[in-house]
Amino acid sequence: MLRKLLIGTALASGLAFAAHAEDVKEVQMLHWWTSGGEAAALNVLKGDLAKEGFAWKDVPVAGGGGDAAMTALKAMVAAGNYPTASQMLGYTVLDYAAAGVMGDLTETAKKEGWDKSVPAALQKFSVYEGKWVAAPVNVHSVNWLWINKAVMDKIGGTEPKTFDDFVALLDKAKAAGVIPLALGGQNWQEATMFDSVVLSTGGPEFYKKAFNDLDDASLKSDTMKKSFDNLAKLVSYVDPNFSGRDWNLATAMVIKGDALVQVMGDWAKGEFHAAKKTPGTDFLCYRFPGTDGSVIYNSDMFGMFNVPDDRKAAQVALATATLSKSFQSAFNVVKGSVPARTDVPDTDFDACGKKGIADLKAANDGGTLFGSLAQGYGAPPAVANAYKDVVSKFVHGQIKTSDEAVTELVKAIDDAK
Amino acid sequence: MSTVATSQIKLTPEHARPRASVRSRLQDALPKIVLAPSFAITIVFVYGFILWTIYLSFTNSKTFPSYVITGWRAYQRLWGWTFDTDPPSSWYTSITNMGIFGFLYILICLALGLFLAILLDQKIRGEGMLRPIYLYPMALSFIVTGVAWKWFLDPGLGLEQTLHQWGWTSFHFDWIKNKDFVIYTVVIAGVWQASGFIMAMFLAGLRGIDGEIMKAAQIDGATTFQLYRRIVIPLLRPIFLSAFIVLAHLAIKSYDLVVALTSGGPGGSAWLPSNFMYEYTFKRNEMAVGSASAVIMLMTIVAIIVPYLYSELREKPR
Repeated sequence: MLRKLLIGTALASGLAFAAHAEDVKEVQMLHWWTSGGEAAALNVLKGDLAKEGFAWKDVPVAGGGGDAAMTALKAMVAAGNYPTASQMLGYTVLDYAAAGVMGDLTETAKKEGWDKSVPAALQKFSVYEGKWVAAPVNVHSVNWLWINKAVMDKIGGTEPKTFDDFVALLDKAKAAGVIPLALGGQNWQEATMFDSVVLSTGGPEFYKKAFNDLDDASLKSDTMKKSFDNLAKLVSYVDPNFSGRDWNLATAMVIKGDALVQVMGDWAKGEFHAAKKTPGTDFLCYRFPGTDGSVIYNSDMFGMFNVPDDRKAAQVALATATLSKSFQSAFNVVKGSVPARTDVPDTDFDACGKKGIADLKAANDGGTLFGSLAQGYGAPPAVANAYKDVVSKFVHGQIKTSDEAVTELVKAIDDAK
Repeated sequence: MSTVATSQIKLTPEHARPRASVRSRLQDALPKIVLAPSFAITIVFVYGFILWTIYLSFTNSKTFPSYVITGWRAYQRLWGWTFDTDPPSSWYTSITNMGIFGFLYILICLALGLFLAILLDQKIRGEGMLRPIYLYPMALSFIVTGVAWKWFLDPGLGLEQTLHQWGWTSFHFDWIKNKDFVIYTVVIAGVWQASGFIMAMFLAGLRGIDGEIMKAAQIDGATTFQLYRRIVIPLLRPIFLSAFIVLAHLAIKSYDLVVALTSGGPGGSAWLPSNFMYEYTFKRNEMAVGSASAVIMLMTIVAIIVPYLYSELREKPR
């Protein structure tokens, strides 16, 4: 009995060993792209890898912001059970890289020419101490207006070029009995809108100093105070039930024509597409007034972990496929974002996508491509969340004046640094 | 060889006894053996991790646990936030909400549970059907309760909208959107869920009261109110205590209800300490501060449970 058992065990472990000696033809991928459009976008990648003979092992952890997925990832990494790759955002990649668990893709990067094609601002997050640790999948930009064209025509509005134009447009909508501004009263949505307000109020230099460099003088400045005043002005145009609303419900208000405009990142476009709306005829996409020429971005990245040697081939295949031009185009057309490399042809994209690609290229060349603080690309999570707290408390009235908001912002950021 | 054989033969009469004693010893040990795994699991995964959390709260842990002791820094920050009232810091909001929620939730659940139990105890028809109806909400998870009440209380979807459609257009109820009142909607949802369960506890207690005492009191001319005030409620004292303990720990560990109902509320105004702990540990990568807040929550529970255990254990020898 015992001998049989021993032989069995020996055989099994022998088999396992034999299997280990060869490369594992499987990609293990942790992500939170579980909603319809996102899952469809990811299927493109699955297909590309299947062609090269790599199986796909999904580790989906639902939950839009990825909090649940990040908690799961923390547990997997703590247990030494690294996935091949994981969807990650901004500073998380650097945190894990500092903890020494990320792999090294520098060879692949060199071969594929990522250094030249991926915007420098993104490389800040995908390259750690000279080593490529993540493959950026897309670039979202935050400073967009999404406008219902039918409502726009009804009130006779035109594209607002300055913040004052924008306020005048909102006034027109109000007079016509439409909800002027669709906003979801959750802290990240409010802060995402405020990113654009600050860029519009203070200009590119100011945004960079305040929200990327966290410069004390800029955070304390009158320009910041003015930005809070402008935010308060915008908030006066939302409907009374906005608190706690999900972003896609706010987008739905614009799609249905209940509201004129939403300030949201380009993932909102996915909702318009899902509702079978076309840009130009059903809805309009403009840059947030006064921010044309600059792009506030966030980006989804596939962080590559330091997996055992037998799984490295699969990882390299995944990374190569992720940043291949064909995938970048196919994926981002579906997802609503723009490619993470600037040399992808824009032929398959719609009007908004084409504008997004051109803007990204111009911003990259002109040095006006900035990380979004609300989306965790401006500063580490502790600071970004402290910022969201202050903006949200200002919008909902716990913080009553712009003066107080500025003091609180400086205090909260200092505290979190 | 032969000596061994003879000695074995000599032992034959007593041969059965050691065998039996092994067996009975095994029988004695069996409960311990069976319990050992779960005991070990509890020791490691409950008490071990409590100690670990306490340890982490004194370190400089950020994204990942770190083992460098940095003293009371996390507690000092929490202590500082405790007095940040204008504008309220997240921690101040969390603990004041805990006070409001805990107090009202426990009080209303106890009062409502007792009231319903007394009504149901009047030997009415259809009690068998009514009881599960009240008890049923307890079978739902907090997430379901939270989402259902979120829709019901939303002025654009639920109660207010419906009443407006029926013609009562002046009706106004937007607590769930109001930073000052949102915590009371959490109380409403929580009470709806738990009061039926508390009712069942009280009902069991009422059924346990000796009918003779009641009759004796009635003969002495006690009114119904006096009967309940002077006799029934004092006799229900142990039930009050158990119900209080159940409710207190439900209140302190409430997390999912707030998340489902308001996702934190306008500007974080519905946070409870458990939300604070999760936010800081997992979303803001301030594990030390998160651990410190968890330790403070534990202390709160200990402050409630220990006097209870003390009184329970003291009564035993009598």
